[in-house]
Amino acid sequence: MSNEWQPRIVAFFCNWCTYTAADLAGVSRLKYASNTRVIRLMCSGRVDPQFILDALAKGADAVLIGGCHPFDCHYAEGNYKCLRRFQLLKRMLMDMGIEAGRLRLEWISAAEGEKVKRVINELTETVRQLGPLGIPQQFAEWDKEMEQFAAHVEAGEALKTPCAEHAPTQEPAHV
Amino acid sequence: MDKPSKQTVRIGFYICHCGSNIAAMVDCPAVARFVGTLPHVVLSRDYKYMCSDPGQELIQKDISEHQLNRVVVASCSPLLHEHTFRGAVEAGGLNPFFFHMVNIREHDSWVHTDPAEATAKAKELAHAAIMRVAMHKALEVKKVPVHPDVLVVGGGIAGIHAALTLANAGKKVFLVEREPSIGGHMAQFDKTFPTLDCAACILTPKMSAVGTHPNITLLSYSEVTKLDGYVGNYTATVKRKPRYISEDKCTGCQECIANCVYKEPKFPDEFNEGLGKRKPVYIPFPQATPQVVVIDPQTCLNFRNGELTGKCKKSCVAACGDKEAIDFSQTETFQELKVGTVIVTTGFQAFDAKRMPQYGYGKFPNVYTALEIERLVNTSGPTAGHVVLRDGKTEPRSIGIIHCVGSRDKKTNRWCSRVCCMFSLKLAHLLKEHTGAEVYNFYIDMRAPGKGYEEFYDKLLEEGVHFIRGRVGEVTDWARTPDEEGKLVIRVEDTLAGYVRRIPFDMVVLATGLEPHADAQDVRRMLNMSCGSEGFFLERHPKLAPVSTFTEGIFLAGCCQGPRDIPDTVAQAGAAAAEALALIDKGFIEQEPNTAFILEDECCGCKSCIPLCPYTAITFDAANKKAVINEALCKGCGTCVAACPSGTIVQNLFDDEEIFSEIEGVLAHE
Amino acid sequence: MTTKYSYFPGCSLKGIGRAYEESLLPVLRALDVELEELEDWNCCGATAYMAIDEVKACVLASRNLAMAEKLGHKELVAPCSACYLVLNKTKHYLQDSPAVRGVIEKALAEVNMTYSGNTPVRHPLDVMIHSIGLDAIKQRVKRPLTGLKVAPYYGCQIVRPYSTFDDQYNPTTMDRLLEAIGCTIVHFPLKTRCCGASLTGTLPEPGLLCARDILAEAITRGADLIATVCPLCQFNLDGYHDKIAKKWGPHRIPTVYFTQLMGLAFGLGERELGLHRGFVPMQPLPAPVPVGVGV
Repeated sequence: MSNEWQPRIVAFFCNWCTYTAADLAGVSRLKYASNTRVIRLMCSGRVDPQFILDALAKGADAVLIGGCHPFDCHYAEGNYKCLRRFQLLKRMLMDMGIEAGRLRLEWISAAEGEKVKRVINELTETVRQLGPLGIPQQFAEWDKEMEQFAAHVEAGEALKTPCAEHAPTQEPAHV
Repeated sequence: MDKPSKQTVRIGFYICHCGSNIAAMVDCPAVARFVGTLPHVVLSRDYKYMCSDPGQELIQKDISEHQLNRVVVASCSPLLHEHTFRGAVEAGGLNPFFFHMVNIREHDSWVHTDPAEATAKAKELAHAAIMRVAMHKALEVKKVPVHPDVLVVGGGIAGIHAALTLANAGKKVFLVEREPSIGGHMAQFDKTFPTLDCAACILTPKMSAVGTHPNITLLSYSEVTKLDGYVGNYTATVKRKPRYISEDKCTGCQECIANCVYKEPKFPDEFNEGLGKRKPVYIPFPQATPQVVVIDPQTCLNFRNGELTGKCKKSCVAACGDKEAIDFSQTETFQELKVGTVIVTTGFQAFDAKRMPQYGYGKFPNVYTALEIERLVNTSGPTAGHVVLRDGKTEPRSIGIIHCVGSRDKKTNRWCSRVCCMFSLKLAHLLKEHTGAEVYNFYIDMRAPGKGYEEFYDKLLEEGVHFIRGRVGEVTDWARTPDEEGKLVIRVEDTLAGYVRRIPFDMVVLATGLEPHADAQDVRRMLNMSCGSEGFFLERHPKLAPVSTFTEGIFLAGCCQGPRDIPDTVAQAGAAAAEALALIDKGFIEQEPNTAFILEDECCGCKSCIPLCPYTAITFDAANKKAVINEALCKGCGTCVAACPSGTIVQNLFDDEEIFSEIEGVLAHE
Repeated sequence: MTTKYSYFPGCSLKGIGRAYEESLLPVLRALDVELEELEDWNCCGATAYMAIDEVKACVLASRNLAMAEKLGHKELVAPCSACYLVLNKTKHYLQDSPAVRGVIEKALAEVNMTYSGNTPVRHPLDVMIHSIGLDAIKQRVKRPLTGLKVAPYYGCQIVRPYSTFDDQYNPTTMDRLLEAIGCTIVHFPLKTRCCGASLTGTLPEPGLLCARDILAEAITRGADLIATVCPLCQFNLDGYHDKIAKKWGPHRIPTVYFTQLMGLAFGLGERELGLHRGFVPMQPLPAPVPVGVGV
């Protein structure tokens, strides 16, 4: 394995279609990129948006959700619930400056081992192009800034921060 | 990592080599060493075959010797062996749900090519499982009673055999068939290969046994339109199409048919593949079960475009007399059935030969499909077994049979239909016997892998049937020489002789392949099954669970799962019946305890979850202003859990903290 | 409104197949379609090139494709079957094979050209049926060819190996087109059989036999003439009657381009449509029957 940066992808696959399709890809000995880590859920409807945010916050560069095709959900309509949340979350992520390509939802039936391979390879390539997301590193930097800020406050130098320069130095007399 | 401090968590980790299936790509000892360094792991081993008896005993022994209270096994897919290892953990004295499984075969060693990458992935997946299992809780398996009645969908030989097997074991069976009679394709066949048993002779006794069996309720001319519920407790809705005859009153005397205002049969007869004619009131074939006639509203004069007009003089009603079996007021009705298990035996449809225009079916009258020939050689067929061309009088002197029509073809269906070689041999034998014609078979490969099959092929060679290896290019009426004039010429590359041949024939037979029914996808959705990419219903495991589906309590048999011959179909139908019997006789099923529940104290009564549940398992307790989940109705999808704004709904086995731990675990390494 | 297509004539339509171009352009004009010929087009890459070096043949074809793209019309029309096939094959190779694409891109770059692969290559038959439509064609008919019995002969290249606009085994676009202008179509099982292609030049006997089979079958089926879409087919079926007669007896039946028949139906003159160029002359049409179409 080379030492250069490798994309890290967390995938949430439903038990009935996509997880089974990934098993089929294995049984068929298809070969695909090794960057994805699959977490099995019973239904794509179980994918809580917080799982996705948490995965990104803990260092994932992208998240993949796999569910059953429309009309084929083992639980009738969990995949639609997933789709609704996905659409909203995708907009939210874009507002946060996270590229749309980092979150992908795919309908993969139990027979589509080939599609598992294709989607994982494509997503890996997309993330490779986008580069690392690096949220934990960003958090660490913000923590550092906050620590420095706290240190300044403790040293009584808080007023020297840039925004303090524009603040009134004295209480207005007429109050 | 230090969260599970409620009790001392002691995890045992096992990584399986699976012979070389895993070990060839993943450095198993290295993964075991790595996991051994993780918190709470008191023991970490690698072993050749974890699913073997010694492997399972190892777990049991370690649990007691090392006071393990959690176990993780990294091996194959949990869909394959989770059950096995939970059993081992339970046998070791632990609650079986203090276990988690890591898939490093199907999802790792089999799909990656770089050992370093595969090993790194195995470590991360194992790390996630270690973190997850620490959060696991003891759970109880719920037992649900199994309704002893069985629904069999489709009344071909598979459905007939499965229904009889169950009925003979004392179980009540509902057999639903959409045609007016059971029997399926087998009833259309003349003889069966390789023994040349008369199909009707071996099928008819079974059909009439179905008709008279006290444990079988036969719902012919009916279709299942809906299936609700879950294993052990299904409710099926069956649409009963109006046959305009009261099944209870009809005695099968057929006086109505004799006295129909149509003196002669006029309409294409479905059972005879359109080669014969029937009246608007008809019985599909002499041995039809039930022996009840049916009136076709599309052709009966008492209807117009299927709507009742009452404009016929209804001589049939007069002929029926005081039996009063004819009832033009019948309408579509729906019936609900309570069953515990379902066996799906919906069969196949023959490939439509018109999809290969180069073979001229539909263009040249004397190009036939194999099913048409089955009827033509049959003594009770449209010509009483007299093989003549479509002009109704000429006996063919030369016959060419083309194999693999709609099979083994990238442009139509890629699969081998398995039965065509053998039925082509059978038809070659029968046609030669009936006509004395020169018979040629054009094949790609001769596939005769069954008991007595190869011997049958040998016999045909000795009978003087000709065999030419080559895929036929076209059937044409282009005569190049005088002896080709007025004939159908087969152009084929004889791949054994190494040149292109033109052979003129009077009759050409297309060995059409087997394919899924046009509405197989609708049936699949209705029954919550899966299909393979070619459209046949998907078995749970191709080797180890060939008649099970991904839905508990629904089993498969016959050609709806893939092309097969009669012996295999009957064997499979027996197997499906045995699977159903096993469930019924056990009397209960153990449900995966992955249901959701509400932490009552924390529910704020926002009702977000209620409309999300597809099973209406969540209700609102107005008195307490809290939502309540009915555990019996919950199927464990987790949709409500994901939606609950206050995190008040918990799903067993897929709890938030378990999943968050798993996420943390897979991302714990740089 | 006039629709414009780029036009790749290829060598045949300027030489042996001149009558094809002579009939195609006025027929399309009558249907409000203008073909703009590529400037400085080169060999399409067919036949000899394709047989010796496929990749170089594709490079030749891609230069034409690149020019068509630059010309800016949405689609390119290639009437000769060989050109039509090679241009389409090159498009497929560009799409499917990065190796071939690499060679082509490098070659084009040498002459400061690029090709994105987006311009569809279409056959006039496809354009007439699927873009112009039978209704528009029927409206232009001034003199329906009623009573003329035609054997529709498609040849091999427009349906094989790609069958983009018609059935591979039983094409019917020309049947429908000729029926629309009044012809009677005879059942012709040799629609897509080999005309002899370039064998007539190298191994004359099997080549001529191919042509003879087609002529003989058209005569057997009672056709007045054979209609074709390809200059090489037309040449093989029209040009070797003496040799065929010497070997197998006379097989005289004219072979014309489908566009020539359309031109006649549109009321254009025989000379204008290049009908005088055929070796086996077409019999004079029966006197026009006055009808109320196209007026």
